[in-house]
Amino acid sequence: MAVGLASGRPFLMIAYILKRLLIGAATLLLASAVVFAVMEVLPGDPAQVMLGMSATPEATANLREQMGLDQPLMWRYISWVGGLLVGDFGRSYTYSAPVSSLIAERLVVSLPLALMSLVLSTVIAIPVGIFSAARRGRLPDSIAMGTAQLGVAIPNFWFALLLIYVFAVGLQLVPSGGFPGWGGGIWNGLKSLILPSVALALPQAAILARVTRSALLDVLGEDYIRTARAKGLPRGRVLRRHALRNAMIPVLTILGLQFAFLLAGTIIIENVFYLPGLGRLVFQSITQRDLIVVEGVVMLLVASVIIVNVLVDLAYALVDPRLREAA
Amino acid sequence: MTKWKSIVAATALVLASGTAAFAARTDLVLGMVLEPPHLDPTAGAAAAIDEIVYSNVFEGLTKIGPTGEVAPGLAESWTISDDGKEYTFKLRPGVKFHDGTEFNADDVKYSLERAIAPDTVNAQKALFAQIDAVQVVDPTTVKVTLKQPQGAFLYNLGWGDAVIVGEESAAGNKEKPIGTGPFRFENWARGSSVTLTKSPDYWGEPVALEKAQFRFIPDAAAAVPALLSGDVQAFPNAPVGDALEQIKGDSRLKVVIGSTEGETILSMNNQKAPFDNKLVRQAISYALNREDIIAGASNGLGTPIGSHFAPHNPAYVDLVGTYSHDLEKAKALLAEAGASNLNVTLKMPPPPYARQGGEIIAAELSQIGINVELIPVEWAQWLDQVFKNKDFDLTIISHVEPNDIDIYSRPDYYIGYQNPEFNKLIEELNVTSDQAKRNELYGQAQKMLSEDAPVGFLFQLPKIGVWDAKLEGLWENTPTPANDLSKVRWTE
Repeated sequence: MAVGLASGRPFLMIAYILKRLLIGAATLLLASAVVFAVMEVLPGDPAQVMLGMSATPEATANLREQMGLDQPLMWRYISWVGGLLVGDFGRSYTYSAPVSSLIAERLVVSLPLALMSLVLSTVIAIPVGIFSAARRGRLPDSIAMGTAQLGVAIPNFWFALLLIYVFAVGLQLVPSGGFPGWGGGIWNGLKSLILPSVALALPQAAILARVTRSALLDVLGEDYIRTARAKGLPRGRVLRRHALRNAMIPVLTILGLQFAFLLAGTIIIENVFYLPGLGRLVFQSITQRDLIVVEGVVMLLVASVIIVNVLVDLAYALVDPRLREAA
Repeated sequence: MTKWKSIVAATALVLASGTAAFAARTDLVLGMVLEPPHLDPTAGAAAAIDEIVYSNVFEGLTKIGPTGEVAPGLAESWTISDDGKEYTFKLRPGVKFHDGTEFNADDVKYSLERAIAPDTVNAQKALFAQIDAVQVVDPTTVKVTLKQPQGAFLYNLGWGDAVIVGEESAAGNKEKPIGTGPFRFENWARGSSVTLTKSPDYWGEPVALEKAQFRFIPDAAAAVPALLSGDVQAFPNAPVGDALEQIKGDSRLKVVIGSTEGETILSMNNQKAPFDNKLVRQAISYALNREDIIAGASNGLGTPIGSHFAPHNPAYVDLVGTYSHDLEKAKALLAEAGASNLNVTLKMPPPPYARQGGEIIAAELSQIGINVELIPVEWAQWLDQVFKNKDFDLTIISHVEPNDIDIYSRPDYYIGYQNPEFNKLIEELNVTSDQAKRNELYGQAQKMLSEDAPVGFLFQLPKIGVWDAKLEGLWENTPTPANDLSKVRWTE
């Protein structure tokens, strides 16, 4: 916003943001209909799953009625969306607790995990990418990019198991899984998130490093870089001041996309490390046909991906003054 | 002299503190694959509920013990009228619920009446179907009148679904269970663990553990490192699969193979051609090679069965030999039935016994000319398609409820087996309480099922328990879903 004002075109910037937000809201509404419809065609009766094989038909029917599943479909959709608008996500069928509190309980695990992985992958990837680009075609570059290739190829659940056997079973430095909660001290909580975040971050870092390198190389081939060198600027300064800034656009794009992948990746990683996060909540709820929880979490994920994309769009404007003007 | 004294004193002190340091542990972390949906055993069929709360948090009038025997629980004794219709229970005095309220006859009346109410969500309504009236005689005496004598009534009262709850606390039991047991509910970190702590005013023998945590580890690949690293010290139903040998080689851990109530069967849709023909079902039974199926689907640990009955039950009759693997006989029976070029489907729920067993069975049936299409299904799909809508040809499933041979007499059950003779046997069993007579009737029922082959009887599901070698008192078998911690202790 401040950027937009500084450029002297506040209204265009605000209109741009509003447009992005409106598109986001429309996407959300569309997503809610799709999510709801998909959950409805999924075979399986939540009441039957809860009561199991030995339940009598009467008991199942009683439970369906208690859960409100005997209401017409359209009515259930409208009351669900209406609830979402006022922040009421409904009550879980299986846990019989409010979905919003279930999500809140899980977010305190998943959010730190996603952020730690994101920070970790950025901190590893960008220096490696710059390092490689600066030494293009030489041995250090080949080694770094070969390692990155390996990082992309290794499935993260396998890497996670490897980490568990080395650091939890062998060296006994960290727990093999589980999450003690933040109540027992921040360090205990962080300790149990170290291996999962490394397992999540590695493949992301590998991709990001490759993107950083190729983006930098593209920029380094530009005429203005030669000009900068020709007027006598030192290599390091050219790299930082002129090249890196311009190479940030593709890197940011990938980072934004990776955030969505990170959320999906947590489903696998949270299962391997049995962390009580959002990913596991979704996984568990799908198998138990706790549809209202699945719907709530998926909507939250959709919303966060949309928000991140809007933020990335705004960040473009920050790194690139031309986009600022165009807005 | 004083010098010596101080040395002796110092030594004593060191020794004392040494003993203190080596005092037995009083905490335990147990692993479980599935997290329960809630913690009220009277409102859900999930075995995971009972595996946490049964005999730990909640107790019933009777208690099913480690070998499946019925022992006194909250009722210290009982008398049965001559016609078998009136049970008078003498309750233990001075028992308190964990919220401090007194346990008495009113709670028994409340709990049983709640279970038989028309709007009940008790998953095992059939257990209580014969109850006519519950009457409070005095605070420690309850009289239960049955519509007709029920042989298994005392056993039924021992189920997790029949535990006694307090009227004041019943509504909250799903979230915060309040019972009379030796452990009280401490907290439930959803998705992670349930923690129980020792109840200070338990009526019975004090337990050795101060704190027990049930940790949910859904992924088999995570269970093994959790045990190896010592993060989890017991996994009563360990999903270790092929890693069993690796664990057996670790001297810190003990592997205990026990039995369960899970009769694993190849269910056939008896209402649908060609399985409505007994000859076809018998042919399939002859084509099954149980040895190979057990080796492939249960690490070779299952016990073969020939009918729907657990081999460790006193009333068990060994009928494994009825259909010994015989391809020629199977083909002859198929020819006699006039069935050729059969194309059938086999729906496989997620457990490894079903997925791995399905592959083997498909190969075996192809040898007698039956083409099997394997369809893996999720648990919810299985319940919906197979169990509820009976849309299946074949399926593999373990029936884990104890003494459940009566399922074959249930009208409209998914297997679709209908035999008035068999139903008569079950009705007779229901009204017989003489144990010898009951065993004989059970024997007849087993033989009848074996002959009719409504399903292919495969094996009794094994229970693979892994726990710390220094831990004792955990159940070896699973006569009812439970992890009874009342006798569990660390030996050093």
